[in-house]
Amino acid sequence: MFNYLLKRILYAIPILIAVNIFTFFLFFVVNSPDDMARLHLGNKHVTQEAIDNWKFERGYNKPLLWASESEGIKKISETIFFENSLKLFLFEFGQSDSGRDISFDISKRMWPSLAIALPVLIVGVCLTLTIALFVAFFRATYIDSTGVLICVFMMSISGLFYIIGGQYLIGKMLKLVPISGYSEGISAIKFLVLPVVIGVISGLGNGTRWYRTIFLEEVNKDYVRTARSKGFKESRIMLSHVLRNALIPIMTGIVVVLPSLFLGSLITESFFGVPGLGSYTIEAIRAQDFAIVRSMVFLGSLLYILGLILTDISYTLVDPRVRLN
Amino acid sequence: MYLDKFFILFFLMIAGCSEPWNNPYLTEKESSSINYSSFAERPKHLDPVSSYSENEARFISQIYEPLVQYHYLDRPYRLEALTATKLPEPTIVQEKSINYSIYKIRIKPGILYQPHPCFAKDSQGNFVYHDLTYNQISQIKTFSFFTLTGTRELTAYDYAFQIKRLAHPQKHSPISGLMSKHIVGLKELKEKLVATNQKGEIIDLKKFNIEGVKVLNDYEFEIKIYGKYPQFKYWLAMNFFAPIPWEAEAFFSQSGFKEKNFSLDWHPIGTGPYMLSENNPNRRMILKKNPNYDPTLRPLIEYNNYRIDANFDRAVDEAHFILEKEAIPEWSKFLQGYYDASGILSDSFDQVISINSRGDANLSADIEAKGINLVKAVKPSIAYMGFNMTDPIIGGYTQKQKFLRRAISIAINYEELLSIFANGRGLVAQGPIPPGIFGYVDGSYGVNEYVYYWTEKGPKRKSIEIAQELMSRAGYPKGIDALTGKRLTLFYDTVLGGPSGKAVLNWYRKQFKKLGIELIVRATDYNRFQEKIRKGTAQIFSWGWNADYPDPENFLFLLYGPNSKVETQGENAANYKNPEFDILFPKMMETPNGVNRQKIIDRMIELVREDSPWVWGYHPTTYTLYHKWMKGIVPNLMARNTLKYKTINQKERREYRTDANQPVLWPLVFVAFFILAVFFICLFRAKKGNFTSV
Repeated sequence: MFNYLLKRILYAIPILIAVNIFTFFLFFVVNSPDDMARLHLGNKHVTQEAIDNWKFERGYNKPLLWASESEGIKKISETIFFENSLKLFLFEFGQSDSGRDISFDISKRMWPSLAIALPVLIVGVCLTLTIALFVAFFRATYIDSTGVLICVFMMSISGLFYIIGGQYLIGKMLKLVPISGYSEGISAIKFLVLPVVIGVISGLGNGTRWYRTIFLEEVNKDYVRTARSKGFKESRIMLSHVLRNALIPIMTGIVVVLPSLFLGSLITESFFGVPGLGSYTIEAIRAQDFAIVRSMVFLGSLLYILGLILTDISYTLVDPRVRLN
Repeated sequence: MYLDKFFILFFLMIAGCSEPWNNPYLTEKESSSINYSSFAERPKHLDPVSSYSENEARFISQIYEPLVQYHYLDRPYRLEALTATKLPEPTIVQEKSINYSIYKIRIKPGILYQPHPCFAKDSQGNFVYHDLTYNQISQIKTFSFFTLTGTRELTAYDYAFQIKRLAHPQKHSPISGLMSKHIVGLKELKEKLVATNQKGEIIDLKKFNIEGVKVLNDYEFEIKIYGKYPQFKYWLAMNFFAPIPWEAEAFFSQSGFKEKNFSLDWHPIGTGPYMLSENNPNRRMILKKNPNYDPTLRPLIEYNNYRIDANFDRAVDEAHFILEKEAIPEWSKFLQGYYDASGILSDSFDQVISINSRGDANLSADIEAKGINLVKAVKPSIAYMGFNMTDPIIGGYTQKQKFLRRAISIAINYEELLSIFANGRGLVAQGPIPPGIFGYVDGSYGVNEYVYYWTEKGPKRKSIEIAQELMSRAGYPKGIDALTGKRLTLFYDTVLGGPSGKAVLNWYRKQFKKLGIELIVRATDYNRFQEKIRKGTAQIFSWGWNADYPDPENFLFLLYGPNSKVETQGENAANYKNPEFDILFPKMMETPNGVNRQKIIDRMIELVREDSPWVWGYHPTTYTLYHKWMKGIVPNLMARNTLKYKTINQKERREYRTDANQPVLWPLVFVAFFILAVFFICLFRAKKGNFTSV
């Protein structure tokens, strides 16, 4: 298992470098360092001298990937890519182009994202499992078909509608919680209720249908038939046998998203005024702040790879037949 | 049996709650009045040397105090002394046959900075936090670590120090290039600082001098500028010229501070009425009253017989700016009374505003009943459509080319554009100068006769038949080139996109089609668009300008030949060049406001109307809503430091919030009963048994 994990980690390095190069390439195809300087210096009264000075200060006056005028290893090392992007592997995110420390911002903004994403995940999974189990329990009845119909209906509605509708209904009409905002500590709860409720409800249709399908696959297997023939109650079969075996695909699906919970959700955070990481990348793209973009893409890909590795490990934990080698 | 008791207790608890459940703030302190407003975009810079955007100015203008400010009430906008004893007036001197203007400025004694750790001293008089060791700095987690604070008196050195900071290569002041052309010695200082920076040496501005800035004593200093530049006084009202104490620079330049975001960019230090007490641009920014602010050292707010309640003791104690990226929650919270002011959500415009028979916009009865007030103001800015004058078809100065541009100017019906896409929020422009700025002429004398008639009801756009006649005279009858027989095709460069942008672009196409012209839209991203303008490869484009200061020069320079974008990377995006205009421009700059200046401006406006390098577009109008508890509101689109004039009636606000936000609970009870009913039905069904495999 150790060898397998080591191998996966080593594989991750070229993937991360490739992602970095790709991001770098895409960003600079659209924005030249001059464009970045102009955007940061403002649109009025900007001189070429000021642009050159800005680029010098941030190291954007160097060649992008290949310094043909330099010699030896400097052809690679004296480039924007080498000097900026490779430091990411040491988790040195540096400063944003507007001068703020990126590590500091990430460390501050990841917690509000997590404060929404984690309860949404936990409550969502528990509720979805319960409903899916309930629907599967009443399979092939009008409760099941009505449940599936509602699920399909809920899946068809855009996430944005849930947010705007939820804010309108719960925040504006019923006036039960603040429409938007955030606070630290225990007082954050009243701000988290609405996004968490909406997050859970918006994922209910999709999750219930998926879990129901998994349960129905299990329901017809031999071990369930055996349990029935032993005279176990249907409710006990569902909870002790079907749920337990169906958890393998469900758990692996959950584990893969765990690391990326820190990254938050752009739309949810934007509408609820939550100072999370969800909008950090988009803000940076709009502001042409390459330092933040490369850091967030790096972090995103790293967490994704971590999620996949964790999934592999979780397989071995929940299914004794699986071995990592 | 306990269920009924539980419900009774629950509803009794709710009935006892007077505080609305949806209040997004902590219970408000009775003793302090807090102004709540929102911001959509986090500020990038709070250092006055580099900040140059509207969303940053609303914070730092309350903190920093330049020498002069805009009078809150007087119109047209005029300057008044703020920390200076009087308005700076230049003395013209000649040295070696070169003219210079010298501004001798005296500041008021006794003005103090806000409390700040950079001033904190120990009993021996040494700065407590100026020479922190690496270990000490590494242990600091937040700015609240610096518990000791101090203050000191504002001196003339602080203003001189800030002017030197304009040249600092690491500060990236956006006006550094512009000011180098005016302030004597700034360019030379910049060269020295750049050389020092490139050597990797630390820049200590105290060791550098600038020829054109001399400090005479603690309260007096001189600024020397090349030639005559009367508009310089307006720059003195901007935050670029706000004072910065050297102690601040020394404090923040300590190694390791930058990594903790401890910098002047995030922790401003000023003498103004407010100071930043919480800086969390991802969530909220809080300004609190500066305890060292002495209102008796600042100008009174009086104008003719009108005097607003400018008692600073009654001004808001705190201002909370909350990050709201989306307009819908911001609007809902305004209606709930959680924001004191708001713009108008486009989708709700018809519910908020009603237009009367004379075409005036007023509040609808529903909104008025809530005690909300509407404040309208025409912005000192212009949104126009520019023609690239270097283009062989649409540009040029022959009579035929002028006819073509005038025809297009008539055909593009900006009244319709404002009505369809901006809910009428704008005033159609007759020339480059917006209302409220010297040189703007209202009424029949101010009408652009190439595009409008004057009628009793105001300006009336000329008919499309006249535009078509102009097209024929331009050599394009019905849009067909008389020489080639082909339809005239023009290219419009834009950054507009998305569904709303597409609607606007289709509208533009229709306007050109009225003349038989085919308009090809070249939509692109902002970087490429700017590049096209810089290189002069765009043919027609839309652009805008927001006034830096209320002087006609700040608009007419957009058409001054030597400012051509292609030739000098200036702000003349249309690359317009008219020899007579270019001769008149420096005269207009130097002439003081009065009859002579108005004559020069009138002639310049006539020239540009005749040449039509722009379709004059419109001056946007702002509609701002205020709750009845907000007092001291006067629209002033030049001054940003107006928080000190605002007061709040807390009682009215509290009552409104309580009335408007009582929670509605019956739907929750209904949902709970529904879920229980479903559950029991299912339970009943389950007891019946009979499960089948799918």
